[in-house]
Amino acid sequence: MRQAPNAIDFRVNSQRVPPGMPAAVQKATAKFLGNRAAVVEALGDGTWQALRQAGHDIRLHAIRHLDHYLEQAERAVAAAGGQVHWARDAAQARSILLDIAARNGVALAVKAKSMATEEIGLNHALQGAGIRVLETDLGEYIVQLKGVGPAHIVVPAFHLSKEEIASLFREKLGVEAPAEAEKLTEIARARLREEFLSAGLGISGGNFLVAETGTIVTVTNEGNGRMCTTVPPVHVAVVGIDKVVPDWESLTVLLKLLARSATGQKLSCYTQFITGPPRSRGETGPREMHLILLDNGRSSILETPECRETLLCIRCGACLNVCPVYNHVGGYAYGYPISGPTGAIFAGQILGPAVAGSLPFASTLCGACDDICPVKVPITRILLHLRQRVVEGDEAHPATAPLSLRLGARMGAAALRSTALYRLASALLKRLQAPFARGGWMARLPAPLSRWTLSRPFPAFGADFRRWWRDRPGGAGKEGRNAPGA
Amino acid sequence: MAIKAQLFITCLAEQFFPDVLKRMVGLLERLGVDVAFPEEQTCCGQPFFNTGCRAQARDVAARWLRVFGGTDGFIVSPSGSCVDMVRHHYPELFPPGSAEHRLAAEVASRTFELTQFLVNQLRVTDVGARFPAKVAYHASCHLLRGLKAREEPKALLRAVKGLELVPLPGEETCCGFGGAFSVIYPEVSRAMMEAKVRSIASSGAEVVAIGDAGCIMNIAGGLRRAGSPVRAVHLIEVLTS
Repeated sequence: MRQAPNAIDFRVNSQRVPPGMPAAVQKATAKFLGNRAAVVEALGDGTWQALRQAGHDIRLHAIRHLDHYLEQAERAVAAAGGQVHWARDAAQARSILLDIAARNGVALAVKAKSMATEEIGLNHALQGAGIRVLETDLGEYIVQLKGVGPAHIVVPAFHLSKEEIASLFREKLGVEAPAEAEKLTEIARARLREEFLSAGLGISGGNFLVAETGTIVTVTNEGNGRMCTTVPPVHVAVVGIDKVVPDWESLTVLLKLLARSATGQKLSCYTQFITGPPRSRGETGPREMHLILLDNGRSSILETPECRETLLCIRCGACLNVCPVYNHVGGYAYGYPISGPTGAIFAGQILGPAVAGSLPFASTLCGACDDICPVKVPITRILLHLRQRVVEGDEAHPATAPLSLRLGARMGAAALRSTALYRLASALLKRLQAPFARGGWMARLPAPLSRWTLSRPFPAFGADFRRWWRDRPGGAGKEGRNAPGA
Repeated sequence: MAIKAQLFITCLAEQFFPDVLKRMVGLLERLGVDVAFPEEQTCCGQPFFNTGCRAQARDVAARWLRVFGGTDGFIVSPSGSCVDMVRHHYPELFPPGSAEHRLAAEVASRTFELTQFLVNQLRVTDVGARFPAKVAYHASCHLLRGLKAREEPKALLRAVKGLELVPLPGEETCCGFGGAFSVIYPEVSRAMMEAKVRSIASSGAEVVAIGDAGCIMNIAGGLRRAGSPVRAVHLIEVLTS
């Protein structure tokens, strides 16, 4: 198997899931899905489906004309007094950010919740440069204390119980922490308040970037996001190039879809619109505002028509919540901060099949993600395309699947191309199974089917329909007409 | 003139559930359908398609199209996922404008999964069955989301005399089969299967009726390993009792 040394092994990861994780994940996702279902029902299915289609069309239009809208956004941000930087990849984005920090003599950076900065491994880079970096979203604050990444793209610490968080606070912060949500929030808030005031840099992501006015839009449920973008003297937003939307009309559609799909809210508690730094003495806020537009493989996703719609995603997390695979493993098994079905197609492409080839297979193709996606990303279709990329390769990616799989597929297909071979194989299987079969089932089988019988018996082969059909009165005479040469 | 149905038996049903196929023939004939069986058929190619082996999927699909393309009447199958493959994925396998693409579109339009064939084409919900038991229905993913058959299977079950249809918690949640998924990620597949088995046990059903062979293999096997008295059967078994 041609895999990179840093390859993500979903199977190994899925076996390392802590025992309590699936139940905690399922409890949380059930709540989000319930809330979502209630607001969607309140809106009515007809309206919801029309909104989804509108959202899909808007996003598709935006990514089809990405160059146009990005240039428009760049001009508008600059006109509003912001500074725009283009980052081809994660390394370039990190170095732009480190330059800004160095120029401003930053010792402490505070961060709002941002998947783009997770994607580029920003915290590590800042720490490496001697800059203390503090996550201020409560969930991110908790996972940062714990020394791990987000387990969910919307609710990073949702798998941890109040008790686990309280003991984490006691251990890491040295404070008396009761296992009560309000008390824990108070502790975090008190700690963070001081840090906001002393931070030299505030970092955020952006849920959307409105091209016509150059407005960065962030959607949060905690006030920390506003603190990060307004209190420190410098604000840097790291935004994927896929986040651009043409105008405010488009934005309203997407905001309606996002909050409902993510948390079951009509609108999140804070929807923040940032159009450049303050421009007059009367306004308060950072003296510098930077926008880093992050490509990091997105433009290569655009090059494959079958996969292009990966970039429609608005990171609402609904596909994670509904995915039965995600619900049994949580986010860490995906080995990438963006997890679940949307993570599997995103990481599967930007990391490439040699690193992330296991992710497109981490799905039963049940299609629940396709049905819930608010912007109608054809996730299953893209998973299938990426599986093909792993097995067959394409112009840009060599095949990485094991040779045994490809040979097995060839042999299997050869047998199925001939009715005689197929019937011979099914007769052989009935004979070969004799040592294993008892009462219509086989409790244990050799590899690779041992992976099946690990958990349940395999049914015995018992093909006899064809003989039954021929032997029944008038059976042979009722044979279907076949095309010649079939 | 009688309605004609070409049996698309599917490789999984042929290998593991031949009695379901015999019962399906009986059911269709009782409803006055003229049943034919194109004997050259093997597999629709779905296992290849779903694992990324697109070249082999195309080969096997082309062959399936040659076998069924020459037939007339409806093509009827006891499997939602195999019909979903023919209906929705065959046209993607061949370039638009090619002869195979045209054939795929023509054949797709007359290929039906059994419950949808009965309810929407024959307009039958009461097939005259009697099955005095508590029955839960598990919605197979490709039947439900691929073919949008949310109501048809349950309408047929509800019309069975003596049958009490009990709600299954998480009826529409995947059982963890997923074809090759079950051997690529056996631990996750197992966790999903066990969750399904627990929900079946909690439903109070004596029998769980299912519309796809893969899910039956997985769920029936899981119930057996768990020592559960609940039987997992193809819903055709219920409809022909």
